Amino acid sequence: MSSLPADLRYAKSHEWVRPEADGTVTIGITDYAQNSLGDITYVQAPKVGAVLAAGAVFGVVESVKAASDLYAPVAGTVVAVNPALDGAPETVNREPYGAGWMVRLKPADPAAAGALLDAAAYGALLG
Amino acid sequence: MTQLQRTPLRDFHAARGARLVDFAGWEMPVQYRSILEEHRAVRRAAGLFDVSHMGEFDVRGPGAAAFLNRLVTNDVARLFPGRVLYSPMCYPDGGVVDDLLVYQRSADDFFLCVNAGNLARDLEWIRAQAAGHDVTVTDRSAETALLALQGPRAVAILQGLTATSLAEIGYYHFATGEVAGIPCVLSRTGYTGEDGFELYHAAGDAVRLAEALLAAGAPLGLELAGLGARDSLRLEAGYPLYGHELSPAISPLAAGLGWTVKLEKGCDFLGREALVAEKRGGSPRRVVYFRTGDRRILRPDSPVLNAAGAVVGQVLSGTLSPILQEAIGSALVEAAAATLPLAVDVRGTTVPLLLVRPPFVPLGRT
Repeated sequence: MSSLPADLRYAKSHEWVRPEADGTVTIGITDYAQNSLGDITYVQAPKVGAVLAAGAVFGVVESVKAASDLYAPVAGTVVAVNPALDGAPETVNREPYGAGWMVRLKPADPAAAGALLDAAAYGALLG
Repeated sequence: MTQLQRTPLRDFHAARGARLVDFAGWEMPVQYRSILEEHRAVRRAAGLFDVSHMGEFDVRGPGAAAFLNRLVTNDVARLFPGRVLYSPMCYPDGGVVDDLLVYQRSADDFFLCVNAGNLARDLEWIRAQAAGHDVTVTDRSAETALLALQGPRAVAILQGLTATSLAEIGYYHFATGEVAGIPCVLSRTGYTGEDGFELYHAAGDAVRLAEALLAAGAPLGLELAGLGARDSLRLEAGYPLYGHELSPAISPLAAGLGWTVKLEKGCDFLGREALVAEKRGGSPRRVVYFRTGDRRILRPDSPVLNAAGAVVGQVLSGTLSPILQEAIGSALVEAAAATLPLAVDVRGTTVPLLLVRPPFVPLGRT
């Protein structure tokens, strides 16, 4: 298992959250999640402007094996979706914490990400 | 959970990063690196698959040829030593017990290769049908390993390891020989749509043979390929998989395998009467193959809808074609609906099915 980036926050449902300097948060799925799913073939993202509640399904990630829901780790409004994933969803397999990001939110509560798991706690969850 | 069965290559796979899963009660590699990458490697260069979980039965005796011709739907009388035949094996009602390969070694000596998931049931079925015939049926599965070397470079890789002239072995023919000094049956068959060989050998030689093939093939682009790629390759080629396109409820005629049902082969066979009636009346449901122009995979058991939204069938197999980069699959649909617009609902989006006659991609097999 590759190491978990320390600057991210994590949800038990295997999404990560990166607080950005402009107050938005970027969301993707963890290396553990992409590895469990296997070859990712499709990412269904929400529309820009969609308002998400914490824990709400914001999209679907499909692999050869199965389709899995994506859950918003924090509440907020979608301000961007990753356009690269339409044609190259396998980017999520290759760079789950980088070019494979999925959506960017303007969080309803700027402090919400802080309540999520840190790398150590998420690492402990994975065992 | 019961203990999973292991092929002689289980540790070989684990040491090479395989993701091992339960497949029909066997601990098998579903992938090593990436299903999509392994699939593309087979279409581009070559892939090596462990399919030792499959079953092998010897059928021997003066009555073997006549017995086998009664057992399966294709015409065993067309075989000769060194020739291989693909055939469904049916119940009296025309449903499929299994689909298999029949190999003829000599006049009274045949062997069958059957699906792992059906092995025990097949053996019981074949032995029950053999009563009254002068044949001996012997299960050789445990002592037999099977490696499939598939892809446009498979022959070049294999020829470097054997004195047997591979150019003289045609498609669906076989020979016995040695590969890397290991006795093998070299069968020019496969389940990918590419040229290549399936190598039957003693279980105790499997690791040595796999290592020799990998070492010889790696410079030519050979990669280990798992059951995930095997499934997407066979679907892209339009080959049926038992339990999906063939089953006790799907006859070979419904599956579009009419060419494997020789109703006039000159002897009665299991399922003949039902299949004659089905051919005359038409199959009430039939298997169709589709592409979608969309990346969303249509999963098995998803309802297939007609233009009015009524359920007229269900998806049997579905994957993303790594070559076409779109979802492909098969479905069982009511015959009357099969020529009209069909669609599958994926999470609220209606995805129309574009029916095609497989293969989905140009194939390299000879």
